[in-house]
Amino acid sequence: MNSPILSAATRLLVALMLVFSVYMLLRGHNEPGGGFIGGLIAGIGFILYAIAEGAAATRRALRFDPAAIAMIGLGIALLSGLVAGFAGDPLFTGQWWFIGAGEGDKGLPISTVLLFDIGVYLVVVGSVLTLVLALEEEV
Amino acid sequence: MISAYRKSLFHMSPNMVADRPSKLGWLSALPPAALALAFLACLPTIAGGEAIRIAYDWVPSLGIRISFLLDGLSLTFALLISGIGAFVALYSSVYLAGHLHLGRFFFYLFFFMAAMLGLVLADNVITLFVFWELTTVASYLLIGFDHASAKARRSALQALLVTGAGGLALLAGLILLGFAAGSFELSVILTQGDLIRADALYLPILVLVLLGAFTKSAQVPFHFWLPNAMAAPTPVSAYLHSATMVKAGIYLLARMHPALSGTEVWIWSLTIFGAVTAVTASVLALRQTDLKLALAYTTVMALGTLTMFLGSEASVAVAAAVTFLMVHSFYKAALFMVVGIIDYRTGTREVAQLRGLAGVMPVTAVAAAAAALSMAGFPPFLGFIGKELKYEGALAIASEPMFVAGAAVLANALMVAVAGIVALRPFYGARLVTPKAPKEAPVRLWIGPLVLAALGLTFGLTPSLIADNLVQPAVTAILGRPEAVKLALWHGINLPLLLSVVTFALGLSVYFFHQPLRRILISLEARLPTTGDRTWDGLLTGLKALAAAQTRLLQSGILRRYLFVVFASLALAVGTTLIVTDAWRFSFAWSDLMLKHWAVVALIAAGAMMTAVVNSRLAAICALGVVGVGVAMLFVMFGAPDVAITQLLVETLVVVLVAVAMLRLPDLRRDPAPGFRGLDAVLALCVGAAVSATLLAVVAGPMDRSITTYFEGASVPEAFGHNIVNVILVDFRALDTFGEVAVVVVAALGAYALIRGTRRTREKSGGRP
Repeated sequence: MNSPILSAATRLLVALMLVFSVYMLLRGHNEPGGGFIGGLIAGIGFILYAIAEGAAATRRALRFDPAAIAMIGLGIALLSGLVAGFAGDPLFTGQWWFIGAGEGDKGLPISTVLLFDIGVYLVVVGSVLTLVLALEEEV
Repeated sequence: MISAYRKSLFHMSPNMVADRPSKLGWLSALPPAALALAFLACLPTIAGGEAIRIAYDWVPSLGIRISFLLDGLSLTFALLISGIGAFVALYSSVYLAGHLHLGRFFFYLFFFMAAMLGLVLADNVITLFVFWELTTVASYLLIGFDHASAKARRSALQALLVTGAGGLALLAGLILLGFAAGSFELSVILTQGDLIRADALYLPILVLVLLGAFTKSAQVPFHFWLPNAMAAPTPVSAYLHSATMVKAGIYLLARMHPALSGTEVWIWSLTIFGAVTAVTASVLALRQTDLKLALAYTTVMALGTLTMFLGSEASVAVAAAVTFLMVHSFYKAALFMVVGIIDYRTGTREVAQLRGLAGVMPVTAVAAAAAALSMAGFPPFLGFIGKELKYEGALAIASEPMFVAGAAVLANALMVAVAGIVALRPFYGARLVTPKAPKEAPVRLWIGPLVLAALGLTFGLTPSLIADNLVQPAVTAILGRPEAVKLALWHGINLPLLLSVVTFALGLSVYFFHQPLRRILISLEARLPTTGDRTWDGLLTGLKALAAAQTRLLQSGILRRYLFVVFASLALAVGTTLIVTDAWRFSFAWSDLMLKHWAVVALIAAGAMMTAVVNSRLAAICALGVVGVGVAMLFVMFGAPDVAITQLLVETLVVVLVAVAMLRLPDLRRDPAPGFRGLDAVLALCVGAAVSATLLAVVAGPMDRSITTYFEGASVPEAFGHNIVNVILVDFRALDTFGEVAVVVVAALGAYALIRGTRRTREKSGGRP
């Protein structure tokens, strides 16, 4: 689509949506959000970009093949589940580390659960874009 | 390079052999030989009356463990599997030398060996079943090893389906058995015999287990797959289809003996199936002109005999079965390898073309003669002791001694004749012209048959070697009580000896008249209305026809019809259940509804109606989007923000995807026949009513909130998260989520392939369709 207004607005909107998607991903553990929702928002952001600038430009902006992104996400999710195995727990048991935790301070929580959610995020972005970009190019 | 490739292709020709030396050589026998030595080291412990157990938890919540049990019975099998495996591996390294897929062959062979060892060592019925199925898979791969041949492929599939179907029955039987005994551990089950025999499920358990055993061990009427399995390379036939795998069913019967035996059903089904199998197979063996096929039928005969004797409670009968098991494994593996050598060196296996080979292949001839004498049951071979024990055991059987003894004498007499035809006749007499000029085989080919045949002689001369160390512990394990077993060449002049004399006389006369007898049998077989093989073909054709008919009926290829069937089934199933269970008489507090609820409902209903009536695709999609948004609003109102967000985002995505795809769709044309539209409307209303009524009925009933309460309580302390939905997704149910995202990836890749695929076909057909 050749629309300068859409093109200009998209540049701003896509950036905002991507930041927002990461925000949704990170806050998901305590408030509405999570990897699935974040991935959908990011996916829709890129679709907007694809509508405004075309599929080829979107592929360049992505830098990676969307199918590869999905596969990497799946790999990350699997890996986060395997970590528990090394710690002696059943697979996919969440492992938590509280960095800098002290008296009355819970510190910075880091967990394999977050890693898992990042994997889900990448899977959703990759899968949605695999489908949409292929449709855009073929149809 | 190309010539090497051609050469290897050439080696896949029917004989699949070459004289090129193999890189593997003697090393190939190393793994099985090492295993055999390890098992031999356990011999003193087992002979001392102890059993070795090793166990790991596998699925503790279901009582499934990976556990192993080494007692007299499993040790006997394990020694046969690993010991004969060593010779078979050695033999294969020459027999298949230079074959294009030699590596693959050895992988299959050792894979089978591991599975078979697991099967006989398992102490948990589920573990046993897993290994049981693995041997079926290995057998499939090995029978179909020469995959370029249609016959090999058919035989492989037949063996897989027959034994696989039996395996399913076995699984059901083993699970029922586990419930009846209260444990899946064999060592527990075997002590619960009285409890199991008194259980209401005893008969189904027995039938299912016997189905598994009879299909695997090729009992009539399931025997037809085994002769067909001779499409496999000869070392495979020697190993899987005579010495080891087909005895898995026998092993199962022996293993289950303490738990299931002793009832009328057990005794009669084993005795009758075994006797019929033994006699039928020995008659059919006489009919064959192909050496390998004749041997295959004698294997079926041996399996029938073993089944027949395991039907009994008498310790002599069981000792006869165990001894015959060993005798048979020794001579039959040796004879198969001998037949392989004959085939390898002369290029034929037809009895009519093979005479007088002893002059050119002296070592092979000696091995063949020793094995054949053991098979025919001449003293001083182990086969003689086995045969005497069989007669003694038959006479000790309480139910029908004359029936069993008669069947044994008849089958053994025919074995004498077949042993002469298969293993003696080709080596003596005047030489005939064969496709290849024969010469003696290399040492790695004849060492196996020679050693195995020599074992038959050694153990025949000194039976005490195996009597105390193997036979007695095995009999003890099968009967579940300590039993003294005596093996001896000379029993004095008694009825068994007399029966032996009768057997020899009958066998020798059959041998001398075998050619006219064979002609009669061949003409009889042609006139027989059905054979197992033909019935099998009929079954398979029928199954395919049924599949084709129901596919034509259900798969019309018209999307509208599919949807109609799906939704009509849904409405019918849900609606009927609602009416039958009286669940539709629920009460609902209409007064709880507020104005905002009514507004959303009106929005959804309006959107749905719009979708159905508008004439533009874009408008229809947008109207459908309205429905989605309405549903999302419901989620917001009832406190599920995560679901609402997801719903909204997915709704957006769907509109985008459909809008892109729509560009290529033809104009929206409503179905010309108004009658269909009416029918669709009725169906839509029915589905809507049924689903709504179900939901309302569910809400009206009491809710089980225990899971909700658990997650509410555990979310923060165990998973450090306040958003329960997300905590469930990524922590409590992470494995499920992982499965779902894997499905998402696969679906995306599949759709991608479809979309790209249409372009390729478009390009091929030259332009857009």
